[in-house]
Amino acid sequence: MLRFGISEYRVLSTNFMLSVHLILFLAFGTVAVAGAINLLAQTHPINSALSLIAVMAALAGEYLLLGAEFVAAVQVIVYAGAIMVLFVFTIMLLNAGVEERTKGSRVAVLIGIPGMLLGSILVACVVLQHSGTEAVAVGALPGSPKTIGPLLFHEFLLPFEITSILILIAIMGAVVLASKPPTSPAGSLARKGN
Amino acid sequence: MPIWIYILASVIKSALALFILLTAVAYTVWLERKVVGHMQNRWGPTRVGPFGLLQPAADGIKFLFKEDLTPPHVYKPLYIAAPLIAVIFALTSIAVIPFGNSFTFGPFTLPHFLPFHWADAVIGPYSIPFQVTDVNIGLLLILGITSIGVYGVALAGWSSNNKYSLLGGLRASAQMVSYEISLGLSLVGVLIMAGSFSLREIVDAQGGHFLGFIPRWNVFPQFIGFFCYLMAAYAETNRIPFDLPEAETELVAGYHTEYSAMKFAMFFMAEYANMITVACLATLLFFGGWHGPVFGPSILQAVLPIFWFAAKVFVFLFIYIWVRGTLPRFRYDQLMAFGWKFLLPLSLVNLIGTAIAVAW
Repeated sequence: MLRFGISEYRVLSTNFMLSVHLILFLAFGTVAVAGAINLLAQTHPINSALSLIAVMAALAGEYLLLGAEFVAAVQVIVYAGAIMVLFVFTIMLLNAGVEERTKGSRVAVLIGIPGMLLGSILVACVVLQHSGTEAVAVGALPGSPKTIGPLLFHEFLLPFEITSILILIAIMGAVVLASKPPTSPAGSLARKGN
Repeated sequence: MPIWIYILASVIKSALALFILLTAVAYTVWLERKVVGHMQNRWGPTRVGPFGLLQPAADGIKFLFKEDLTPPHVYKPLYIAAPLIAVIFALTSIAVIPFGNSFTFGPFTLPHFLPFHWADAVIGPYSIPFQVTDVNIGLLLILGITSIGVYGVALAGWSSNNKYSLLGGLRASAQMVSYEISLGLSLVGVLIMAGSFSLREIVDAQGGHFLGFIPRWNVFPQFIGFFCYLMAAYAETNRIPFDLPEAETELVAGYHTEYSAMKFAMFFMAEYANMITVACLATLLFFGGWHGPVFGPSILQAVLPIFWFAAKVFVFLFIYIWVRGTLPRFRYDQLMAFGWKFLLPLSLVNLIGTAIAVAW
């Protein structure tokens, strides 16, 4: 769990810490779910992107409370701080406008939503039956940088390297796609409308 | 330590840190105007108070009472949120910065007339660190907070619905994302040497001396890392020579063109608060934090570490201003080439070199 200065940490009673943890956990969870719903409900891309940032920040809070402070920090630095900046950057650059509202497809209403509900119920049943353990206590998992480092660079070195090569290939693919000679006139990126 | 003392100490420390930071922000503005003034052979503020020392207060009142214009064509929710995002995240990072070691509080006895068990209760001794909170991922937390702070600038530029603002916002986000990589990499050398993300432990690792007389500060083994950090941090804070997002010769005022009164002041405060954070981090990571010669009676011994810390931070702020008074602005392609083709390889080389040296 998040380690405070030794002098401060020892003094806090366990019950108090746990109840505070639980309240914060529920609060972050509510923010994450509300942000995700808002992400779908908004029609302007920049509002959707900002909702996604809120979801990611809330998830970082959840990781922090579960004891994975390194993952939480990386979540904020990489996802909320770098990748989403590029999302927002692209939206700003293209000056993407408000999306059109449709009435929704009939397939989604008839098959998609019931199917998704059924699927999630099935998954929940399987998980609940096969997990013999109790729910993980808040703040119980070790997740300090000192435990993650050896895991990442010794035990899971191969998956780690393969992932980095995968990302490298993706970057090269993006460069190849972006470096195509332009087929449309150069003015297509200019601000439209206002 | 009972819970209520812990909470009370936290609240007092937070309020105090915020107060000190805001005062420091106000007087860094004063210092900048004064120093740049003298560098350009003029006086700077002189009219309000002795040496113009009350100028920040006068400016604050002016900002509060100016007309707060909201242009009609802006996207209002984000237009209002952007300066708030900028200033909130700029002020938050002070929470994990340690100013000094720790002080002992108490023991003292509460007076007899208090009700219940408080009468004659003995409080203390508690050791309270000079820091709002010491978390073991302190440095990562600061990096995360600064990376979120980009949204203030980017959203201000976009929501203003003005081409100069938009260009400023785009420049700011591209520049900050680019230099964040060099900034992070330049710090990894220090992290390898200290073996911790906690700012307090990084400072503690810098106690003592090399060869008996050179202080064991990270700047000596990590001078390349320090150089990269300083360059990248100047770019991250949008200061001259990297102030492309608000280049007034090309972009009017960049991302804050459409802002007035307190909303503009919030961007201003955010910039100076970020400068102070950068100066604090440079002091903590490379210049031994509060380490320095400590001597004299016990009061002096308690105060001197904080004095050394403040003095080092002041030196970095002065260098910031000095650079502003000296260097012209980069061109945009120079900025990007410098970041990606020079600073990033240099910090990578430094990282690899440090890793090999430590492993050896």
